[in-house]
Amino acid sequence: MTTFTASELMTVHAARLLRDGDVVFVGVGLPNLACNLARRTHAPNLVMIYEAGVIGARPARLPLSIGDPTLVTRATSVCSMYDIFTLYLQRGNVDVGFLGGAQIDRFGNINATVIGDYNHPKVRLPGSGGSMEIAGWANRCYIITPHQKRRFPEKVDFATSAGFLNGRAARDASGVRGGGPQVVVTNLGFLEPDETGELILTAIHPGVTVEDVQANTGWALKTAADLRITAPPSDDELRLLRELDPQNIYLK
Amino acid sequence: MSKLCTLKEAIAQHVHDGDCVYAAGFTHLIPFAAGHEIIRQGRKDLTLARATPDLIYDQMVAAGCAKKLIYSYIGNPGVGSLRIIRSELEAGRLEFEEYSHFGMISRLQAGASGLPFMPMNQTAATDLEKANPLYRRVTDPYSGREVVVVPALIPDVAIIHVQRCDERGNAHIWGIIGEQKEAAFAAKRVILTAEEIVPEEVIRSDPNRTLIPEFVVSAVCHVPYCSHPSYTQGYYDRDNDFYLEWDKISETPESVQAWLQEWVYGVADREEYWKKVGEETHRRLSVAPLYAAPVNYGEY
Repeated sequence: MTTFTASELMTVHAARLLRDGDVVFVGVGLPNLACNLARRTHAPNLVMIYEAGVIGARPARLPLSIGDPTLVTRATSVCSMYDIFTLYLQRGNVDVGFLGGAQIDRFGNINATVIGDYNHPKVRLPGSGGSMEIAGWANRCYIITPHQKRRFPEKVDFATSAGFLNGRAARDASGVRGGGPQVVVTNLGFLEPDETGELILTAIHPGVTVEDVQANTGWALKTAADLRITAPPSDDELRLLRELDPQNIYLK
Repeated sequence: MSKLCTLKEAIAQHVHDGDCVYAAGFTHLIPFAAGHEIIRQGRKDLTLARATPDLIYDQMVAAGCAKKLIYSYIGNPGVGSLRIIRSELEAGRLEFEEYSHFGMISRLQAGASGLPFMPMNQTAATDLEKANPLYRRVTDPYSGREVVVVPALIPDVAIIHVQRCDERGNAHIWGIIGEQKEAAFAAKRVILTAEEIVPEEVIRSDPNRTLIPEFVVSAVCHVPYCSHPSYTQGYYDRDNDFYLEWDKISETPESVQAWLQEWVYGVADREEYWKKVGEETHRRLSVAPLYAAPVNYGEY
């Protein structure tokens, strides 16, 4: 079996979560690779859309920014940003959103805004971009992130985009249609929300222990009764994935 | 009536100290040449509005043009942080208003539509709403539910780069069209920069591609390669190497000022800049043509 990096491991698992026919709001980097891998394996009818206003992208090369011209050439359609967030996202035409951030908390809320106080932060992060609305309105959201304690605090310093707030009922009360984060894919395993919206450990990758995951998580992590062990990336998946990023820009 | 003038004249006439400027373009068609001309002319106290400030505003902030930033994502796209803007914000030297992308472009959409504000659905995340007092809530009079609203953004001047336009300012844009149309209709004055100035018949041959009509345009400038190191779809590629290089240049104030001296103050205009960029880069960024199938409008 081929050896693989943490990024390759996470990307393969994210790809497997996508379904054929899904309309996916994609970011650059690992989500883009996951979508293209899924398209080349089990989901040939996956539709990639980008916040820049590109629908049905067929990138011939690895996109290096969210507005790379390769996303436009051979795409199905191009529209304004206002249209992508209204006609496509809010209207309910987006199945999946990929999210990321500096912090993800116990209820799947994401911080991409500040570390520390908003007006006097220790670090000012890039900010929401599209994520505030994607987290609210995409039917399913997935998060790909390395599993480190500082990235998984009990509570985010700033909730840029919503997971389950302080519990699933609070999210439901806000009236958003999107189902919130469904899976957090890390280099150690999967976290998924339980019936209260709390992220719990539902799967570990081969060779990882529950203790490893707990040691890298900032709250007392519950473990699912039916904890699974994930199937490792196949040689085919790794070969296809590496063809997508031949210079190893994102997969290293 | 022709609105053709040099970019130098357009900036001198239409961009004033203290103005709110929206240099449009989501990654694509960013009017860098206009940003550089504003720097050369020493504009001060500008409010710089852009969903993604990108390198153009990092450079303008470094050159001391800005008092305030209105934004929804401050990053060096595909690379990392905008070091200068981030350090100025963290030091409290730059005022700011922050939105999500949708909040930002809803402000433009309201401005462009002549509406006082724009309603948006709740997102369940309320921290940014609380942090920025211009996010408000009103009750939907039909359902009784609360919607989030943002006020119209009406920039004093929008700067829009396009593939081609006629000398009156009717502009064709293709590729990523981000927020160009909304910025043009929202702003009080509009400076168009174009890769090509074409006869009116070229525009009239494909009216569906005209995003900006002449009557919202104040000035038309012929500025080939205006958007380097950003790109113009079909004309040249994005200079990703420069985006990576800026990450290093922007590590120290000295190297930033040296860069501005050499590449902004040290050149008269975009033509001189593009020559200085050099043939190797011209070749690296050149792009093979790929034409759309022609459309038949019919002879009526």
